[in-house]
Amino acid sequence: MIKDPRTGMTLIVKTITRLTVGLILLFGIYIILHGHISPGGGFAGGVIVALSFVHMMLAFGKDIAASKISTNLASNLESIGALMFLAVALLGFLGGTFFLNVLAKGTPFTLFSSGTIIFSNISIGIKVGVGLFAIFLALVILEKSKQEDNS
Amino acid sequence: MELYILLIFMIVAAVAAIEVKDLLSSVIAVGAVGFALCLAFLILKAPDLAITQLVVEILCLIILIRATIKRDLPLAIEGRWVFNTISTLVFMAVFLLFAYFTLKELPPFGEPIMAVVKKYLAEGVARTGAVNIVTAVILDFRAYDTLGEATILFTSVIGIMAVLRRPGRKQIK
Repeated sequence: MIKDPRTGMTLIVKTITRLTVGLILLFGIYIILHGHISPGGGFAGGVIVALSFVHMMLAFGKDIAASKISTNLASNLESIGALMFLAVALLGFLGGTFFLNVLAKGTPFTLFSSGTIIFSNISIGIKVGVGLFAIFLALVILEKSKQEDNS
Repeated sequence: MELYILLIFMIVAAVAAIEVKDLLSSVIAVGAVGFALCLAFLILKAPDLAITQLVVEILCLIILIRATIKRDLPLAIEGRWVFNTISTLVFMAVFLLFAYFTLKELPPFGEPIMAVVKKYLAEGVARTGAVNIVTAVILDFRAYDTLGEATILFTSVIGIMAVLRRPGRKQIK
């Protein structure tokens, strides 16, 4: 299915995509997880994760990308991300107020060092990544169904 | 100095994006404005914003090109040019008037009001454990704003899925 020349772009683009798409996804996850240490954060990392899926879709065509993550799964994951962020917010009530950083702070400059901030970053990353990819998927599917209606 | 070159370039590119006839060229000019804004953020020492602006700009360009490259929207600028010109001039006059009164009250460029920020800079690492002070502000001190922002994104995704959903099911005869 991947080597089918009828869908997607040329063989050169497909080969380069196969080599780079995993690295882009990994870089997005790195940006999300290190949001409290280096520049970046949940939003930027989530967009990079979405871009890796968009990259795959542009190179291989709609069907391959949709088989990796469908629109329904994307919608569900986005809701899960939003609810997880709200859960992190409600976790603050353990200490008394909304969004209080109740977990242990740890030592600065290490990965697990900022209490609830890393969980907020992960939830925002999930939400933004699958949300933006769902938008792109919806736009492409709409384009295709319109062409089918016209023909 | 580099900042002013970038700002002038952004204005020129924005005017080009409006004035050019071809839709694809217009989209590319909008992309030039976005990437110049990314460089401006880097010059102003805001790497968080620069990264976000860069990746969002790439995604927007892909969506815009993918969505607009096959459509040839007709450009309707004929007729009513007297009314259009007068309304544009009036709007520009009103905008410049209010911008003058507003910008007069702002602190000078590069010297922000440090009333609240001082506390964040002094106590940020100790109270949140996050070294990146931007993340510490948006996800700890001002996390309630971020919740509202996340809600906006959630609502927009729901709205887009509702508008762009597949055409209704076929009727059972």
